[in-house]
Amino acid sequence: MDPKLLVTVILFGPLIGAATAGLFGRRLGDNLSRGVTTGFLFLSAILSWVVFSQWTWGGLQPFTLTYAPFIHVGNFVSDWSFRLDGLSAVMLVVVTTVSSLVHLYSWGYMADDPSKPRFFAYLSLFTFAMLSLISAADFMQLFFGWEGVGLASYLLIGFWFHKPTANSAAIKAFVVNRVGDFGFALGIMTVFWAYGTIQFAPLFPMIAGSVGHGWDFGSWHFALVDLACALLFVGAMGKSAQFFLHTWLPDAMEGPTPVSALIHAATMVTAGVYMVCLLSPMFEYAPVAKGIVTGIGAVTALFAATVGMTQNDIKRVIAYSTCSQLGYMFMAAGVGAYQAGMFHLFTHAFFKALLFLGAGSVIHGMAHEQDMRRYGALGKYLPITATVMVIGTIAITGLGIPGLELGFAGFYSKDSIIESAWRIGSAGNPMAYFAFVIGVLVAGLTSFYSWRLAFFTFNGHARWTSEDLEHHWHNRDHGHDDAHADGHAHDDHASAAQIETHSEPESAEHHHLPHESPWTMRLPLILLSIGAVASGFFFHEQFIGEGRADFWRGAIFNLPSNHALSGEPPTLVLWMPLIVTLIGLFAAWYVYIRREGMGARIAARGGPLYVFFYNKWFFDELYQATFVRAAKFLGDLFWKGGDQRIIDGLGPDGVSAVSVEVGKGAGKLQSGYVYHYAFVMLLGVAGLLTYALVAWNA
Amino acid sequence: MLLSLVTFAPLVGVAGILALRLFGKADDPKTVNAAKWIALTATLADLALAILLVVQFNPNDPGFQFVEEAPWFAGLNYRMGVDGISVLFVLLNAFLMPLCIVASWKSITSRVLEYLIAFLMLETLVTGVFCALDLIVFYIFFEFGLVPMFLIIGIWGGARRVYAAFKFFLYTLLGSVLMLAAILYMIGTTHTSSIPELMAHHFDPAVQTWLWLAFFASFAVKMPMWPVHTWLPDAHVEAPTAGSVILAGILLKMGGYGFLRFSLPMFPNASQLFTPLIFALSVVAVIYTSLVAFRQTDVKKLIAYSSVAHMGLVTMGIFSGNAVGEQGAIYQMLSHGVISGALFLCVGVIYDRMHTREIAFYGGLVNRMPWYAAVFMLFSMGNVGLPGTSGFVGEILSMTGTYRASTWTAILAATGVILSAVYMLTLYRRVVFGTIENPKLATITDLDWREVAIFAPLLISTLYLGVQPNSVFNLTSASVDQLVRVYQAAIGG
Repeated sequence: MDPKLLVTVILFGPLIGAATAGLFGRRLGDNLSRGVTTGFLFLSAILSWVVFSQWTWGGLQPFTLTYAPFIHVGNFVSDWSFRLDGLSAVMLVVVTTVSSLVHLYSWGYMADDPSKPRFFAYLSLFTFAMLSLISAADFMQLFFGWEGVGLASYLLIGFWFHKPTANSAAIKAFVVNRVGDFGFALGIMTVFWAYGTIQFAPLFPMIAGSVGHGWDFGSWHFALVDLACALLFVGAMGKSAQFFLHTWLPDAMEGPTPVSALIHAATMVTAGVYMVCLLSPMFEYAPVAKGIVTGIGAVTALFAATVGMTQNDIKRVIAYSTCSQLGYMFMAAGVGAYQAGMFHLFTHAFFKALLFLGAGSVIHGMAHEQDMRRYGALGKYLPITATVMVIGTIAITGLGIPGLELGFAGFYSKDSIIESAWRIGSAGNPMAYFAFVIGVLVAGLTSFYSWRLAFFTFNGHARWTSEDLEHHWHNRDHGHDDAHADGHAHDDHASAAQIETHSEPESAEHHHLPHESPWTMRLPLILLSIGAVASGFFFHEQFIGEGRADFWRGAIFNLPSNHALSGEPPTLVLWMPLIVTLIGLFAAWYVYIRREGMGARIAARGGPLYVFFYNKWFFDELYQATFVRAAKFLGDLFWKGGDQRIIDGLGPDGVSAVSVEVGKGAGKLQSGYVYHYAFVMLLGVAGLLTYALVAWNA
Repeated sequence: MLLSLVTFAPLVGVAGILALRLFGKADDPKTVNAAKWIALTATLADLALAILLVVQFNPNDPGFQFVEEAPWFAGLNYRMGVDGISVLFVLLNAFLMPLCIVASWKSITSRVLEYLIAFLMLETLVTGVFCALDLIVFYIFFEFGLVPMFLIIGIWGGARRVYAAFKFFLYTLLGSVLMLAAILYMIGTTHTSSIPELMAHHFDPAVQTWLWLAFFASFAVKMPMWPVHTWLPDAHVEAPTAGSVILAGILLKMGGYGFLRFSLPMFPNASQLFTPLIFALSVVAVIYTSLVAFRQTDVKKLIAYSSVAHMGLVTMGIFSGNAVGEQGAIYQMLSHGVISGALFLCVGVIYDRMHTREIAFYGGLVNRMPWYAAVFMLFSMGNVGLPGTSGFVGEILSMTGTYRASTWTAILAATGVILSAVYMLTLYRRVVFGTIENPKLATITDLDWREVAIFAPLLISTLYLGVQPNSVFNLTSASVDQLVRVYQAAIGG
């Protein structure tokens, strides 16, 4: 099949699905809306794998397909297009696979939600925006997709619009991303005026020739390409929730869990990493910017891991975990191992989507309770969920045997990042060395918080009772009734979910025990766990191994002097991640199984470090006290002080005596004026026309 | 002839309504209804003529087209013509007017005939502003355009309408007086009032400075630029919905058009001299008014302040002195005409139902008005400048253009993309999201067919202009390129 046709179908299928469900959802009904969107997504996913295998094994050559012009103003030229190369081929399968599975999963997860067409329309819309992002051939389409996924994210975080917390989280996500996009936009402008184009194909070959060019900016001197890359990276920091701009991601967990899995774990948040890798022909010439990327990535990895260890909301733990793993990817890109970054992006998509959807399955089974302190001993009730979650946990902690090169997905990608950081660091780059140290440390922390989550949820003693669950169902139904006034009786509602789950009515006492999820949710979990187990083993040769040049085919650029991926590190470096991972595993086992309850005691003691971590390093408080307060204060100051007191006070109202008089007189302002006015006007026009006609004839 | 037709066609409607008034009773429902249909037909006919004008327009010719010249009286001349820039605004005006008539269909209940006449007059005058190629003709259209707007606010406005109308009048008149003095001086020294001839005339740089300032006084008020913007929120708040649509959609554009038509080509050296001033005021406008918008408690006032902030990007782009910035500014004006018009109509929808614009009164509308929520969301996103909507194209281009001229200005102005998201999404959340707490909203109804018919063309335009801006650039690029070329040559750039 013609790959150009395939990618077009892949790209526009989800858009058609979104438009259908969004515009006609209520007429089509729930099942048709779900069916159309999910159907198009599965079509896209299958075709994406076709394209990807043609790319990997069929020798497909990169191409750019142009659909229509977008903006053409002088040199500022952008087209609607589809750029297929190694990077977009990888992203195609990541995005469409996770998205199609999340669509399917949502059949079960959102079964009792009254706005299903809207939900599926948003999901498909997101997928379209994400696909247009990864297939962009210039900065404008990239930015279109970039903000488009931001819109979808905003809509989906705030999907339950009756919840004030969800609304706040949605706005926060959009605004913080806008801060990133502020930098991104300035980066694009810098590129445009520095190189005279915003299209990747003509831009990239120009970079090498521009090294040494700089701009003086006040008293600072910037290397041009460093400045451009640093600004563009600010955009990546926003989208990928990196340190300083990370605060929106944990709050984004207010959205439905399938959304968290798709957007806030597997795909959208990795767009920043993708962007840096895509721009590797620029970043390779921008050592300062690369240093920033490495440093921010490392700090984020550490920060998020420390916070993730202390959180009690199951989704928030995974959110911080995502944040931390994204830090790893940026570390890789920053030291020049873009391939390793992309590989971690690839494997992470599987196991993180798996963990999120698994968490969703737990939440579903526990009547929407998300606090792990009220979990425990769930392995017995949710055997499949527990199994896949353990698989996901092994995958994220990167368990594997370095000597044999055999392990779960995370083993290949994460260890490769740590090794790359070591290679560059030991060659004399202090930032890379810092990243290496952090990378090893965080591997241990990752292991701790991931196993903590698993043990806390599935093992130990139950910290819930069936009354709790009953209580939850009722609360939830009240919530729904308040919000939608759709007249669902409580029992109706609960049993609808139960029937969906077990296909037969339940006896009263079984009614309020945790229950395993329906097949629509279990199937995606099982498929994703295959990816979590095997995606590393299957693809490491192509992504980061000897075959990488052949696999990427120019999509990623490395300077000849960049040896981030070649050369065998010492054995200690190879084994270090495994050692700290086992230490983390042991610590989690000790705290949460061996000495069950120890975690709660540590929390209760509230040591300064714990408080610091638990409160997320006080970032929200800091931003609230500075930016939010300043905006409110200045807004009021400008409005009441500036506009009303100074400008109006000195201006129009200063002659208030006059205007009051005028006002009195004008109180009689009558519509009669209009007639006079119209009459005079018509007379004038008539006279003018007559005169003109006479003059013309003369 | 076509140009005069486009300009004066609405007056046929005025004549028709006047005839109705003569033969029928003004408050007879039949008369009122007939008048509405006459007005709608006239505006639709004018839109058809405007479309014809655009179709016949030759985009490769940078100069003025459809030129009409005739001697008038007292040695003055009637001169009309359009280039790639003004033809856009003629179309925008003709596009918005029928929507305004439909939007007022039910909400205006008193003195309907007069109201319709005022709008038709306004249409003629505004079109005339954009077509005039003679300073005197321009000035007449420009000034007389104030009057119907003044009356629309002062007669059909809200509680403080008289205050708002006079504030509006005072500000704009003050600027105009200075401009009139400058016009008289120009005609006196050059012995011509022909705009094309004046564009070719070289004024002494010292003289340019004074002339520039005089024109600036008028255009800055119209834009409006900070700090002469405070008339706008009041005018918007008091104006009826359709009045706001025209005010934001068209009247504000007269300022930007003035800069493009007069300040840049006629006083290039002064323009260059004052560019830093423009940039400074623009940046203040963007940041200051965005923050003020954030704190508003009145929906309409918030959108009015947002207009001022968006116009800051326009002035910046105009004075960037490069094609990217100019195109961005023009596009931003076009896009803002559509989006802010639509946003004011969105406010009108709930105002018509509840008769209040207090943000705190609302909340949870999505539960009762899902289609309204979707429409309002789309235009909010347009206002925020989301790519895919027309708002984005203008913003990114005018900022990019400005970046070239003054990087700091662009950086500071780019904070507007953050702030606009803050105030717009907060507004949307408080009005639309959440649950219905106010019992008065329990029976509020979703958009009816008339409202859908108003929003549909605006919605399609916003999206179409968002993904196919090139259809507009094709129209404007020849004229803009020439404008930039002449300007750069004049300042020796």
